[in-house]
Amino acid sequence: MAKLVAVTIVVIAIISAIPILRHTWWMAEDISTHGAPIDEQMSETMAEAGISFLASQILLAYFIWRFSGSRPGEKIKHLPGGAKAMVWAAILLVGTEVMALGIFGTKAWATIYFTPPAADAMPIQVQAGQFAFYFRYPGPDGKFGPTHPDLINEGTQNFFGLDQDHDPDSKDDIVTAEMAIPINHEIHLLMHAKDVGHSFFVPELRVQQDFVPGLDLSLHFTATKIGRYEIVCTQLCGLGHYNMKAYLSVKSQSDFDDWLKKQAAQQ
Amino acid sequence: MKAGHKIAVMSSALLVLAVGFLYPGKNVSAASEGKITGTIKLDGTAPRQRPIDMSKEPSCAKIHESNPVHMENVVAGANGALQNVVVYVSEGLTGNEASAVSSETPTWDQKGCQYIPHVMALNPNQHFKVTNSDQTSHNIHPMPKQGGPNHEWNKSQPTGAPPFDIFWTNEEIAVPVKCNIHPWMHGYMAVVKGPNAVSDASGSFTINLPPGSYTVTAWQEELGTQTQKVTVGAGKPATADFTFKAK
Amino acid sequence: MHDMSAHVTQHAPPTSFIRKHIFSLDHKVIGKQYYGMALLAAVAGMFLSWLMRIHLGWTNYAIPGLELLSKNGAPGNVMTPEFYLQLMTMHATIMVFFVLTTAPFAAFGNYFLPIQVGAEDMPFPHFNMMSFWVTFAGFLVLMSSFFVPDGPTLGGWTQYAPLSAVGKVSGPGQGTGVILWATSITLFCVGQLLGALNFITTTLDMRTRGMSMWRLPLSAWGWFITSCMGLTAFAVLMPACILLILDHVAGTSFFVPANLVINDQLQPHSGGSTLLWQHLFWFFGHPEVYIAIVPGMGMVSHVLITNMRKPMLSHRVLVYSMGALAVLSYMVYGHHMFVSGMNPVSSLAFSFPTLVITIPSTILVLIWLGSLYGAKLRINTASLFALGFVSMFISGGVSGFFLAQPSTDIMLHATYFVVGHFHMVMGVAAMFGIFAGTYFWFPKMFGRMMNETLGKLHFWLSFVGAYCIFMPFHYLGLAGNVRRYQAFVNDYTLRLIPVHRFITVAALCTGAAQLIFLYNLIHSRFWGEPATDNPWQGTSLEWSTPTTPPPHNNFGDKLPEVFHDPYQYGVEGSTGDYVMQTSPEQIKGAIDEA
Repeated sequence: MAKLVAVTIVVIAIISAIPILRHTWWMAEDISTHGAPIDEQMSETMAEAGISFLASQILLAYFIWRFSGSRPGEKIKHLPGGAKAMVWAAILLVGTEVMALGIFGTKAWATIYFTPPAADAMPIQVQAGQFAFYFRYPGPDGKFGPTHPDLINEGTQNFFGLDQDHDPDSKDDIVTAEMAIPINHEIHLLMHAKDVGHSFFVPELRVQQDFVPGLDLSLHFTATKIGRYEIVCTQLCGLGHYNMKAYLSVKSQSDFDDWLKKQAAQQ
Repeated sequence: MKAGHKIAVMSSALLVLAVGFLYPGKNVSAASEGKITGTIKLDGTAPRQRPIDMSKEPSCAKIHESNPVHMENVVAGANGALQNVVVYVSEGLTGNEASAVSSETPTWDQKGCQYIPHVMALNPNQHFKVTNSDQTSHNIHPMPKQGGPNHEWNKSQPTGAPPFDIFWTNEEIAVPVKCNIHPWMHGYMAVVKGPNAVSDASGSFTINLPPGSYTVTAWQEELGTQTQKVTVGAGKPATADFTFKAK
Repeated sequence: MHDMSAHVTQHAPPTSFIRKHIFSLDHKVIGKQYYGMALLAAVAGMFLSWLMRIHLGWTNYAIPGLELLSKNGAPGNVMTPEFYLQLMTMHATIMVFFVLTTAPFAAFGNYFLPIQVGAEDMPFPHFNMMSFWVTFAGFLVLMSSFFVPDGPTLGGWTQYAPLSAVGKVSGPGQGTGVILWATSITLFCVGQLLGALNFITTTLDMRTRGMSMWRLPLSAWGWFITSCMGLTAFAVLMPACILLILDHVAGTSFFVPANLVINDQLQPHSGGSTLLWQHLFWFFGHPEVYIAIVPGMGMVSHVLITNMRKPMLSHRVLVYSMGALAVLSYMVYGHHMFVSGMNPVSSLAFSFPTLVITIPSTILVLIWLGSLYGAKLRINTASLFALGFVSMFISGGVSGFFLAQPSTDIMLHATYFVVGHFHMVMGVAAMFGIFAGTYFWFPKMFGRMMNETLGKLHFWLSFVGAYCIFMPFHYLGLAGNVRRYQAFVNDYTLRLIPVHRFITVAALCTGAAQLIFLYNLIHSRFWGEPATDNPWQGTSLEWSTPTTPPPHNNFGDKLPEVFHDPYQYGVEGSTGDYVMQTSPEQIKGAIDEA
């Protein structure tokens, strides 16, 4: 039976590796300007993890095959080098590799989080609330009007609690259910949670960030490919979590301008 | 005719008349059942009913692709005809009439990610059915007044789930209903005693009532309430028109 | 070092049925009670996972009989979105707390730690008894949430605020359901703290003559290290749960900030922090996962050594590695919060200890592997599950490389990749540790052998089945499949549904295979082949008890004296291929590190 166990382990290890090597189910294409280092990190980690996985499973299988049973005529042996060799192997083969991954990975993280948004980044506010995302564009005045939580009324489509009668800055704000952005133009996304925790995830954009009630966070990114992508909520927020999504539409600058005009007319 | 016969005929006639007056009239003829009809109008321009973007629910967005859906908070048609106004009797009902429960079982449907009807009027303890005609799960969440006698409930209805039967126990004008999953879905359930109606697309309504004096109230979700005193006679329907001023 | 050989723990053998089997002070009975509760919880948790998996594969399917479980949750037998989340929350809570923390640690530890150190019982038998009953009360309180009108809480076992803190306005089950959940966990923490106190004092103070710390078997070290973690981790979760309850019932706002609007209603809270809950929870949560796995590491090492007929390459290195895991586990918790909105510098800070923790984990794996070299490995059900543990721990561990780095975590956080990772290490490896312990120690606990053929069948179906279920989770995660979704309605997940269906079928088959184990347990308990005192030719103290099962005071009239390190197998110059710890035989080639 030992030999069967060994063969099974090797077969499972190889079959597990195949979909990874063939990218059968893989990450969506990267349409962001900051995604390349993330994808590189992913590939390097995959190589390290993959090699560690295959090597250790195959070694396990080999030892089970070779050293099972009473093996009459053979004595108990001990691995040359003993525990010390194993400790060094762990430190050198795995420890230093993962630390290297960690150190190189800081650059990918820093590009996203430790750089401020560009001066001409387009501000868009996104509000996450059970169970939809709504977006607000500041309009021609470039300013977002104040929000009044006590005025929020979904029945009258006042999702942000704007008081357009009394707040002049709110008058030209444009509220939409879909987020359109122009291609190759940095976006400064201002994130606000209306009720509980949510998260903003667009796989193609290489962006995932939680909304924190009580803490207004922001992200910045630039999209490099025209298309329609999904924004999905990844922080459990209640019964409608699975259906909490919105579409991100990356358009050419002129298409975006047309879209914004049309949305403004519908306010 | 002999005197005895005359007396017999006279007393029989009197008897019939007496019975005719005193008999409680269970089988009231159609001629003695009353009606209030009327039209409800909006004076002024309706506030803008913005289009609803259902893009987050593609199965519903597709249904409305050629015919976009708009908010239904103030639905004013040609000549200012106001739809979805609840009309009910606020004063003048007898004890029996006030506690009578209509035997109809209306349906509250979720279709194309909208509530159909947008406003429903029903009696306390009147059963109604909730159905889901969409390819997506909906969540029906009526929010009666906090601390009030009606209990808040929150039920999900996946595609393929059977309709469910439910009723309100107390009057409330009106219970807002929302769908948690689709924030734009919005409607009202007005729970009122006695006969009631909701105005149609032409702003008209009809309420059947026995003859008497009543106060009739019309309620519109944004424009508030209006009342009128109406006297219903047997035969000809009484008229009660309402005009709401736009804000 | 104390000479405990003359010490008597002072509880006489019980006479009444209640004292013998229900409110027992005997650590062995308490251990079995924990095992029984864990078994019940495991069956319940597994059943919930079947319902979840069927729903994920076939979302609008009317599962026959589901309406009986909850009329609101499954109208016409079709599962509602909230019911899915409620089942999911209960599945996780039951499994993490009432199976993975109780079986490897409280069940086996209670039974065997006192025996392995050479004691009559734990020093605080009344605390020990309370530990079980308070934990069991917690289990009952948790299960009772199925019977309240709105059902159990739907916020996940992680119960992030404000979803968990604002009450039923945030969803069905978020009122009473959360209060019951938090009460249950509070009780659980109290029970486990009482247990940890006993485990620590047993290990430090109750060792018999000759039993130095280094002469303790690896299973005892596993339980000892785990109990140190338990003392500190549960001590943080308990107040967090109490604060959560206060937010519900006392009008406080520990975890709820101002200006929240739910259902168009402004919530009456202000001043709280939602991230505070996450910090408190994960400060407990990360040590918790090591609490779930370290006893398994100890037990599996113990089982492997006995079956390899040789000791590990280094006893001390294994102990130091398990200890390092325990210490580091407190420094890594922020890796659950990389994209939570906490300061991104903190994310980097937490990622480094997380990467460092791969080192002791790898050392453990390499020592297990390296020790197999030159062994004479016996293949029986216990050793098969122990080997399976190693394979699963490797698989689950390498996916950690991705989750330890914030940059790659951006793509994998809250996807099925994470779910695959933790199921492999906890849901499978830890379970395999429990199975290895069961097949190995059943003869000592019940005086009968379990059926080997059924055991091997159980192993094969579980090993292959578990890989079929959980390996695909990683692919789903890479493809962007978000977790905690009751249905897959995103454009890019539609093509993943066949994968989910494959997983569901594998899960149902593997679940059915567990019935073989249940049958084996029950049948062997009453009709299994009678076992000798030392069926595996083991060296540690549990194999030297005068009777099997051990008598009330474990060792009879006299506590044992220990002369050797725990794993004297294949020692040259010894009379057999093993030397028991209690054997006074002096052997020249004995590897005595103590």
